[in-house]
Amino acid sequence: MLGKVLTFSATGLVALGWLTGLASSAQAAEEVNVYSYRQPFLIQPMFDAFTRETGIKVNVVFAETGLVERLKAEGRNSPADLIFTVDIGRLADAVAGGVTQAVRDDTLESVIPAAMRDPEGHWFGLTQRARVIYASKDRVPLEAARKLSYEDLADPKWRGKICTRAGDHEYNVALFAAILAKHGEEKAKLWLAGLRDNLARKPQGNDRAQVKAIMEGQCDLALGNHYYYALMLQNEEQFAWAQSAHLIFPDQAGDGTHMNISGMAMTKAAPHRENALKLMAFLVGELAQRMYAEQNNEYPLRAGVDPSGLLASFGDFKRADQALAEVAKMRPAAIRMINEVHYNAGPSS
Amino acid sequence: MANVEVAPRLGHRRAEALWQVGGLLIALAVALPIAAIVWLAVFPSENIWPHLFETVLWDYVDNTVRLMVGVAIGSAVIGVGTAWLVSTADFPGRRLFQWALMLPLAAPTYIVAYVYTDLLEFAGPVQAALREAFGWTSARDYWFPEIRTVGGAIAMMTLTLYPYVYLLSRAAFLEQAGVTREVSRTLGSGPWRTFLRVALPLARPAIVVGVTLALMETLNDFGTVDYFAVRTLTAGVFNVWLTMGNVGGGAQIALVMLGFVVLLILLERLERRRRRYHTLATRHRRARRQRLGSTARWAAFAACLTPVVLGFLIPGAVLLRNAILFAADSWSSRFADFAINSLLLAGGTAILCVVLATFLAYAVRLRGGALLAGAARFASLGYAIPGAVLALGILIPFGAFDNALDGWVRELFGVSTGLLLSGTVAAVMFAYVVRFFALSYGALESGLGRIKPNMEMAARTLGAGPTGTLLRVHLPLMKGTLLTAALLIFVDVMKELPATLLLRPFNFDTLATYVYQFGSSEQLELSALGALTIVAVGLVPVVLLNQAVARDPSEVI
Repeated sequence: MLGKVLTFSATGLVALGWLTGLASSAQAAEEVNVYSYRQPFLIQPMFDAFTRETGIKVNVVFAETGLVERLKAEGRNSPADLIFTVDIGRLADAVAGGVTQAVRDDTLESVIPAAMRDPEGHWFGLTQRARVIYASKDRVPLEAARKLSYEDLADPKWRGKICTRAGDHEYNVALFAAILAKHGEEKAKLWLAGLRDNLARKPQGNDRAQVKAIMEGQCDLALGNHYYYALMLQNEEQFAWAQSAHLIFPDQAGDGTHMNISGMAMTKAAPHRENALKLMAFLVGELAQRMYAEQNNEYPLRAGVDPSGLLASFGDFKRADQALAEVAKMRPAAIRMINEVHYNAGPSS
Repeated sequence: MANVEVAPRLGHRRAEALWQVGGLLIALAVALPIAAIVWLAVFPSENIWPHLFETVLWDYVDNTVRLMVGVAIGSAVIGVGTAWLVSTADFPGRRLFQWALMLPLAAPTYIVAYVYTDLLEFAGPVQAALREAFGWTSARDYWFPEIRTVGGAIAMMTLTLYPYVYLLSRAAFLEQAGVTREVSRTLGSGPWRTFLRVALPLARPAIVVGVTLALMETLNDFGTVDYFAVRTLTAGVFNVWLTMGNVGGGAQIALVMLGFVVLLILLERLERRRRRYHTLATRHRRARRQRLGSTARWAAFAACLTPVVLGFLIPGAVLLRNAILFAADSWSSRFADFAINSLLLAGGTAILCVVLATFLAYAVRLRGGALLAGAARFASLGYAIPGAVLALGILIPFGAFDNALDGWVRELFGVSTGLLLSGTVAAVMFAYVVRFFALSYGALESGLGRIKPNMEMAARTLGAGPTGTLLRVHLPLMKGTLLTAALLIFVDVMKELPATLLLRPFNFDTLATYVYQFGSSEQLELSALGALTIVAVGLVPVVLLNQAVARDPSEVI
């Protein structure tokens, strides 16, 4: 009987420990806690390298939605030190939600160009991704493709020839917000309606599906992020998709290609502030920036880290230097515009 | 008939009062997150409705309604039809189909959608083979249904959601006393007439619960409709919350979706009004199964085979192929940990949900009362809310509690308690209970409804208290229902994603979250191995359940 009681209590204790996480938080000596909007397998290699170098353990929670709300709810007792995002929008949301703190750090400020960080230090960019045009190798002459700007996508000569994913996906929202910031509401809306009328089909699928549609002959031009090109080239099945299209950096004669960033911010609560600073510095360092370029095919923000391999083969190009904070502010207006022109309903005719 | 109610003993009255209080507490706890979402909805950062009215609202509503109608019809036809066949007719493979028909439940809908998109789109093998065979060259030469549409979404959801209807209506058909149907046959009705006039009306509460569950799942799904770019109200929730930064506005749309469900339930109840659906509750003899003619046998076989092939075998085969091809890239040495986490969470939640739902459903049955019944109904609404929004409803009260307690202890004792509940596995599990409570409560409510009140009157007359009656009369009669409810919850927790992602502790992964990081970064091939593991682990309870049932001669499930 006593044995039974003991077994039962022991099981209960173990269960309670598992449920409340007491067992797992058995104080690692040095650690830093991260909330990440970014898929763990994309950043874990950098975190592992950091742990090897410093002995500081990096704990991660990844979620695609709601981390800012979680930080708000946890308040001053939040265990999180840093927040990682894959676009400027989420960084802006975190700052607007009051869950970040300003960081003044010479290393970060000297490495990250001023346009790619918050003037007050609430967020810092880590890498850049380009929103590019994929153009059919068979049906669009390379010379003509190279001259394309985003604005050209609304030209009626492309009627029925363009594919994109849904307009309200964050990658498109960011691009449309950038156009909005650049041209103002009236012109931007006309442009978006023109692009909508040029669509070959109702917006659908993900970025890679658009390149696949080029191969299938459904469309001649598509919008997509640059790194998918690298991923498709490295994938046995998708190699043929990538082979059917040129990667074109738009707007080379104008302001340059629209760039979004992945970035980081320190939380307001940040219980491990010193370790968090070390991790931030490490991620803008030579080693981590090179890893971002080589493993994720993202453009490093640190000057002097030259992209290698596939990324280098895409060539040099002119990047738009729009202040990202301004673009981020336009997101609510951009989604309204997307709804107003019924972008997701596809071509109107 | 004279009223045979026996005055309960005083102790029993007190017991009944305890059941009432306990039931109310359970209902309130489960309803807490939904209340938090209502609270969120009261404070939008701006009024989104004028904009939505002028632009996309009608598209959202139109798509949502079409999706719901399609899934309701599809899952009812497949679910009820196959359940009727396997429980009343004899045909080749019947024993196998009994459990094989549940299999599509194990696959997450969005994964099935990915698989079918690859197969059926222009460049996929199906259309390529057709072009090859008929010498077509471009998409303009022939017509082929487009998969990324409302119709495609209806098909995908019907394939993965019909098992809810199948399981519940099958349990109902089996618990129907065979004699009811035999009487109908003796009186000269053919099998069709018996089905339409006797069996179907008697099984109505169970079928309604099944279809309602399928519809709630349809409303909370974001992965599939997002991939198909079908803009439903769910898409509106996320656009308003995430892109417009208006969490209150998003919560308002989520509540409008709840309104749809409540309206449906009310309409059905109104129509049903005062009818009751008790069944003879003796350990009844099962009706002999109908022997079918040679054509009908194979027609029944085909009818049961089709949903299994489309909902399970084809997606399973594609996943298996990708899992093998990309095994090296997708394997993680932590796979065993993920599987253990998934199993513990799924098993624990299944038990917890069934116990709580039994308590609540029985409390409602004991002395109903509008308050308790209403609270129970409100508590079951969590299932129709998108998981990420529901998770917000847990973050907020848990965070508030943790910080209040911390502030209080700091003031009194000068030490910090930190966060006790937020970011723990317990919070994740609480989310599951809230999210899936409808599954267990719906099943239990319809299961209890089938038991005639004179059964418990007899037990009570013989001196049993309410608790004894439940344990010795109701539970044994409802074994099939209890197992069904546990199975549904187990499988659903295995697949649960958004709430797990947002509420979990550091470095904590389940199979579903591990799969998702690849799926969400458009590396579907890499997610195949994990998805297959979910399916495989989801199969375990289906098989176990089938064995448990096979041992039990009454074969209730």
